Amino acid sequence: MFSGLMLNTWITASIVAVIAGMTGFFAVLRGSTFAAHAIPNGAFAGAAGASLIGINVIWGLAVFAVGGALGIGALGRKARHDVVTALALVLMLGLGALFVSVSTEYAEETYSLLFGEVFGVSTSEVLPIVGLGLVSAAAIALAFRPLMLTSALPEVADAQGVSTRKMELYFLVVMALATSMTIPVVGALLMFSLMIGPAAAARSVTARPGVAMALSVAIALATVWLSITLSYRTNWPLGFFVGVGGAVFYLIGQAARMRA
Amino acid sequence: MHFLFEPGLLASGPVRTALLVGGIVAVASGVIGVFTVIRSQSFAGHSLADVATTGGSGAFLVGLNQFWGFLAAGIAAAGLMEAIGVQRRRGRDVATGVVLGAALGAAALFLYLGTQQTSTTGASFTILFGSMFVISPDTVPALIASGAVAVLAVAVLARVLLLTSLSPDLARARGVNVRLVGMAYLIALAISVSLSAVAIGAVLSTALLIGPAATALRLTKSPVRAMAASALSGVAATWLGIVLAYDSDDWPPHGHGWPVSFFVVVLVVAGYLLTYVRRPRRLAPRSPHEGAECSPA
Repeated sequence: MFSGLMLNTWITASIVAVIAGMTGFFAVLRGSTFAAHAIPNGAFAGAAGASLIGINVIWGLAVFAVGGALGIGALGRKARHDVVTALALVLMLGLGALFVSVSTEYAEETYSLLFGEVFGVSTSEVLPIVGLGLVSAAAIALAFRPLMLTSALPEVADAQGVSTRKMELYFLVVMALATSMTIPVVGALLMFSLMIGPAAAARSVTARPGVAMALSVAIALATVWLSITLSYRTNWPLGFFVGVGGAVFYLIGQAARMRA
Repeated sequence: MHFLFEPGLLASGPVRTALLVGGIVAVASGVIGVFTVIRSQSFAGHSLADVATTGGSGAFLVGLNQFWGFLAAGIAAAGLMEAIGVQRRRGRDVATGVVLGAALGAAALFLYLGTQQTSTTGASFTILFGSMFVISPDTVPALIASGAVAVLAVAVLARVLLLTSLSPDLARARGVNVRLVGMAYLIALAISVSLSAVAIGAVLSTALLIGPAATALRLTKSPVRAMAASALSGVAATWLGIVLAYDSDDWPPHGHGWPVSFFVVVLVVAGYLLTYVRRPRRLAPRSPHEGAECSPA
């Protein structure tokens, strides 16, 4: 269970869990859950486009994810955030439908982009993910204070000269980069489950930001490790265990809060 | 006219069914979507479509009628979201996200088990995007019935729903059970969304629920006029999309047409973006919560 390719799986999944735990904490805190779903999900259409014109899918994913994030950030200022997010998502998926229908051999890849292929990670794929993990973690850690301030106390942030709008855009772009690069490995849907469940569970247990983020990362790691083990034993898809695991941890967190 | 309407368009059975079903779904989504937008529940509306689709694939797996799988999963998800805490504006997104995350996990399992059984590789694609040209005509009565139930429920609730959406405190003071109204609305939304997800796919379901309604609400403050405009523009986008998709058989690459969902989504989003280009001046300076100014007519 820990040899060869499986070692790559453990490393990759752990890094992804750390990224998801960190970005997910702010996604839940800032109420950007819908964007956390829409950006990776819509970005998968970019992968379809990239494979259509014959370039590396990473570029398609990155262009669509960052484009979606910028679109949501720019239009979301003037209008309802959730409406703009929904429309950005359906527009990207509509384009995806077109790309997929025009290319002929794509349908099989759709499943792995949505649900991931974490058991087939090659060593050459691990290195970029390690690098990306470090960059995302640094981007979140560097901006921890202004992100926290604009999430929790927007008025105070304004008074201190921190632009709420710029931080929102910054966060969406970081989330877009972090999720899009991990999609080929873990899948768009799994990334979302891993961002929301652990972070929401952590938030319901503690209100202290540093502790909550650490806890969110810890729960994400626990979810992923448990899921890999179960998936390895049962041969059922990893996404199932991660999705259900996130929800179970959330319910445990809620139960713990009610008892406290 | 032949440029737009290919000869033989209306003689084709699948096209006629698509026009009929698309029209029904667009009207139901347009009317219900106005409240979805006012109540800021776009995420719930989208998630219910995804969850319903999961239910559909689950029902398929155990050999039940897919339509009931969609409906049951949609309503169950609405109940779960409500139980976890959809009623609080802040907790709402998280509750929706947790339910959606779990459902997506289940979807992964169902698709996996489905491919073990039948080796249908295109399943995940069909589930996401649906296909209007493969609706069998005998599901149409069930579609009409559930659409009518959802629209009727919202029409009956309209006044009290507006009040609870715009000013929950005032509604509470008048003795309205705000939570019960929210729950009833969420179930109506679930019925409508499961109907549209089964008929036209999860992507188009969200597009028709949010796009026309958001466009209409940017143009008029009156909820009644918004509902009418939203339903009409939804139908227009759907029908035009179907016609264009039918025409696109002759476009490159040859051999197969472009998908309906692409055309409808582009039309819907373009309509929404057009409201940014030219807007009545009285609406110009706005807070992000523009629906709060929407007065109950």
